[in-house]
Amino acid sequence: MADYNLPSEHRYSSDDEWASLTTEGQYLIGISDYAQQQLGDIVFVELPTPGDVVTAGRPLGVIESVKAVSDIVSPLSGEIISINEDLADNPERINEDCYSSGWLICIEPSEPAEFNELMNADEYLTHIEERED
Amino acid sequence: MSSTLRTPLYARHVELGAKMMEFAGFSMPVHYSSIKIEHAAVRECAGVFDVSHMGQISIQGPQSVPFLESLLTCHISTLEPGQVRYGLMCNEDGGCVDDVTVYRRAEHDFFLCVNAANLQSGLGWILEHRPQGCTVHDESSSTGLVALQGPHSARILDQLIATNDSVKPSALKRFRFSTWSWEQTSLCVSRTGYTGSDGFEIYIDSSATPNFFDALMETGAPLGLVPAGLGARDTLRIEAALPLYGHELDSETSPLDAGLEKFIKRKDGGFLGHEAMERRATDPARPHLIGFELIDRGVARAGYPIYSEEKVIGHVTSGTPSPTLGKSIGLGFVPHDQAKEGLVFSIDVRGRKIAAQRTKIPFVVKPK
Repeated sequence: MADYNLPSEHRYSSDDEWASLTTEGQYLIGISDYAQQQLGDIVFVELPTPGDVVTAGRPLGVIESVKAVSDIVSPLSGEIISINEDLADNPERINEDCYSSGWLICIEPSEPAEFNELMNADEYLTHIEERED
Repeated sequence: MSSTLRTPLYARHVELGAKMMEFAGFSMPVHYSSIKIEHAAVRECAGVFDVSHMGQISIQGPQSVPFLESLLTCHISTLEPGQVRYGLMCNEDGGCVDDVTVYRRAEHDFFLCVNAANLQSGLGWILEHRPQGCTVHDESSSTGLVALQGPHSARILDQLIATNDSVKPSALKRFRFSTWSWEQTSLCVSRTGYTGSDGFEIYIDSSATPNFFDALMETGAPLGLVPAGLGARDTLRIEAALPLYGHELDSETSPLDAGLEKFIKRKDGGFLGHEAMERRATDPARPHLIGFELIDRGVARAGYPIYSEEKVIGHVTSGTPSPTLGKSIGLGFVPHDQAKEGLVFSIDVRGRKIAAQRTKIPFVVKPK
């Protein structure tokens, strides 16, 4: 089986997004290494705009690779503070580093408790393995 | 329910860490590293594809020439032994049963290379029309097929299989084939491909295919050869505007609509579907395959509707970001009488209209 980089400080959703807490109490959201490997070369990302509201479990945007189109499902609920503008011209950042330069959006959470309901890295790895079997 | 079929190279794909998908009933590699990397390797160096899933059907006997003339849109009697031709096998309505390459091995000995997904229907079609004096054999399961594609292909293959007293594979002209012996195995080497780059397709007994693949990789890797999957095969063929059955061609689409006129003996006729095809070709609103590039950002994928001023006028058959051009390109059908040069239209990409413009195809032209 392939190796996946799953930083232990992040939390993961069953839809393969990650969330991490910033020092300002906001959350960064992106797609997991497993998701970017599954998609392959990412060529286009459609994101909402700052001020929009996202809801846990609901699509917040679309990500396209050469061969696939996939919804980005929000792992948390809240208001978008900022989006990664760099992805419009350089969507490959997500393949290169999905946890830093390939982040998608930053939100102010409306339900901070949702973060603790997400999986930790070990649980998420088990989730991936079960799905691959 | 169904068990997925495996090619002789299945174990190699798994060892190489390929992402696998099901295609035409076979478990096939989509990519090993990434589609972009494999695509670039084929355009700049070389890539090797496992296309053992494709079917091979031999047609032999004294009646094989007239039979194939009646079955295929291309000329057969003028095909020389050692020559390959692309042609269509059409139904009575002028739609396509399959698109094939036909190889003449000897006077009365031919074989067709057919799409994996159409093997059963094509074989059924051939048997249904087979006259006396022709034998038909499905050789697919005993035949492996690898496609070595890219500008360094000839050098790699020369190094691997040429001997002092044999002609080199690099001396083969396009759409010609010949046999070489390699490790006591016979290779049928054809200067053909499906990428829009120079290259070869090599038919080999399925039991020897893994060893041949390994030897090819060992010889070719220092020259930049990489294994390439179906993902890159698709982006490469779209750049070259080569049709894919199920996308640009199907049982209801005339090959004339798909721009394949040069593979059809329209003057001589005498093949199944000819009359219907000619009748359909007089309709001014018949479908017309065009190439386009997107003006706005996005990817136009198969099935997306094509709009001209609020009205649906056609649909996308294939689309992809073009790794070679750095643009988003595609193929699609629009009515013939609206297929003007430079036509600007919009494509509904999941509810968002994005602008596109008709462009010349092929998008990428093979260097001479």
